[in-house]
Amino acid sequence: MSGLSISRRGLLAGISAAGATAALSACGAKTGSDTSSGSAAKADTSGSTVKVGLLNSLSGTMAISEVTVHNSLLLAIKEINASGGVLGKKLKPISQDGASDWPTFAEKAEALITDDKVAATFGCWTSASRKAVKPVFERYKSLLFYPVQYEGLEESPYIFYIGATTNQQIVPALDYLKKQGLTKLYLVGSDYVFPRTANKIIKAYAKAKGLTVVGEDYAPLGSTEFSTIVNKVKGAGADAVFNTLNGDSNVAFFKEYKSAGLTAKSLPVLSVSIAEEEVKSIGTQYLDGQLTAWNYYETTPGAANKKFVAAYQAAYGKDKPTSDPMEAAYISVYLWKAMVEKAGSFDVAKVKAASDGIVFDAPEGTVTVDGATQHVYKTARIGKVGSDGLIEEVWNSGKPIKPDPYLKGYSWASGLS
Amino acid sequence: MTVVLNQSFTGISIGAVLLLIALGLTLTFGQMGVINMAHGEFIMAGAYTTYVLQKSISSAGVSLLVALPLAFLVAGAMGALLEWLLIRRLYTRPLDTLLVTWGVSLMLQQLARDVFGAPNVQTAAPDILTGNISAGSVTFANNRLFILGLALLCVLGLTLILRFTPLGRRIRAVVQNRDLAEVSGIATGQVDRITFFIGSGLAGVAGVALTLVGPIGPTMGTNYIVDAFLVVVVGGIGQLKGAVITAFALGVLQSVLEYSTTVSVAKVVVLVAIVAFLQWRPQGLYTLRTRSLA
Repeated sequence: MSGLSISRRGLLAGISAAGATAALSACGAKTGSDTSSGSAAKADTSGSTVKVGLLNSLSGTMAISEVTVHNSLLLAIKEINASGGVLGKKLKPISQDGASDWPTFAEKAEALITDDKVAATFGCWTSASRKAVKPVFERYKSLLFYPVQYEGLEESPYIFYIGATTNQQIVPALDYLKKQGLTKLYLVGSDYVFPRTANKIIKAYAKAKGLTVVGEDYAPLGSTEFSTIVNKVKGAGADAVFNTLNGDSNVAFFKEYKSAGLTAKSLPVLSVSIAEEEVKSIGTQYLDGQLTAWNYYETTPGAANKKFVAAYQAAYGKDKPTSDPMEAAYISVYLWKAMVEKAGSFDVAKVKAASDGIVFDAPEGTVTVDGATQHVYKTARIGKVGSDGLIEEVWNSGKPIKPDPYLKGYSWASGLS
Repeated sequence: MTVVLNQSFTGISIGAVLLLIALGLTLTFGQMGVINMAHGEFIMAGAYTTYVLQKSISSAGVSLLVALPLAFLVAGAMGALLEWLLIRRLYTRPLDTLLVTWGVSLMLQQLARDVFGAPNVQTAAPDILTGNISAGSVTFANNRLFILGLALLCVLGLTLILRFTPLGRRIRAVVQNRDLAEVSGIATGQVDRITFFIGSGLAGVAGVALTLVGPIGPTMGTNYIVDAFLVVVVGGIGQLKGAVITAFALGVLQSVLEYSTTVSVAKVVVLVAIVAFLQWRPQGLYTLRTRSLA
């Protein structure tokens, strides 16, 4: 019988040992070796091909989103190679799996720069992974193209931010809500850097522009229990919910929202992290009529988008949706190509110098690179989820908005950052 | 008053989810003492069973009803296979079991990712379960009522089996004194496998229920496994009664704290309360009086 006996202490020790292993592997991934620190890594552009790094989570919890970004990066590289490459050289993609683990991202970024000697790297999704690799790219003076909307307040000289910053997504979304007369907002978000920063901006905006924030709640990442939050939302007398939840939590939140009897008509939810792919995995019936804020939808009109959607679906399947981060990833490779060709060189300093004013006819519309901030002029678009699972645009900013990552041009935001 | 009633119902419904995910574990971990880290993946197997069924049976209501027994069989068979292949060789080494089953859990997650794809999948809930019933100003979500009913039904079924059937008597005998049971002519190996089958099968049933409230994806099991262990540990190893009371108590505590503070704070406070409680009663709420169980 002693065989079956098990002490609670033993169990807890075992479980915490399992946890500690994970934590240890996190500590073990120190970034940067002492010998090479400070020196710029030389990209190897001598041969007939040039290596470029693709740094995405191909496994782990973020794989759901990052695999699609990886796919669009590969698509862009394939297209560029088919039309002759960059400066006469074919691109050779080197994929590294960040495995949804931030220290791993830093480790793999370093491997791409120092071992593979890539000319540029494309990837990262979460702000945590970007923050983890930022010092690596800065130390080796190598370039990263980041394809996802983010919380702003950052301008690394070695990162090009191809996704929206706050004044190209969140601020226009607030303008839209205000114009619709939805002035009492309830903020629901996941408990980490992006939602907390976004909500700080929303509260500053609300204070200056006469909106009221009637409630604010955060759920841990991965949380699937939303009955209380939905109860609170229901009782708060809000006009709209501003949703910055990320990942799986959205599924639980919207299922709960519907079973509590709330709908897009009675209390609309505006989400900033739900794109076409997420609509599919949450379930269209739970999202029908709800609002989203992005810079690109699969339905965005224009020849460039038609071509992108057709090419993507031909390569990866007819039923595969295209989304904003995928589009940003796709154009990031083309933007880098344009910079290199304008500079006439793969040299990082020259590419950076050539970046200002690069114009590209992207699926989302014309985008222009702003050399000073290394962000991109983008058009903000508010969309409504349709019963077919696609998102239809209901409003756009009319013209591309100048990126302003520190919100310097907005007087109400002076207290932030 | 409305708030109090709404939140009480919320607490009870959180408790029902906790109870459902922990119920299988009260058998495999509570009764048998096996730390099965892959329990969460049996929940996932149940959820994916619902998904696969719904692709072949278009009626959401029928597929949900068929999914319940089928998920029980699928997850139960997976559990029995795991027991037969690995766990029975490790009964004397609980910490090795923990690592082995953790490995199995990672493999099952990857398998699900390869078979069903990395993105979450979705099932349609039957119309009757997406609405709610209002009594005055209090709303009862139908899916929550369904889960509550299902949880209570499972508890009832399990209690009846353990109390009144020959199988239940054998399971209890093996738990209380394995050697004595063996010399009395009980095939303990077989009883172990059946117990494991039922425990894992209940995880499958929980998986079906969870498709109504949460995401269905390869890593969904990890969302629930810690909570399930907490319920069993606090409830007292080997005790169904303890698990039932603990699940509802934690559910109500969680919902009250969430309402008055935030979700993150509530989680921390609940964990602190559990740690403090276990300092005071390390054996949990109820204990089985035997010589060997802690």
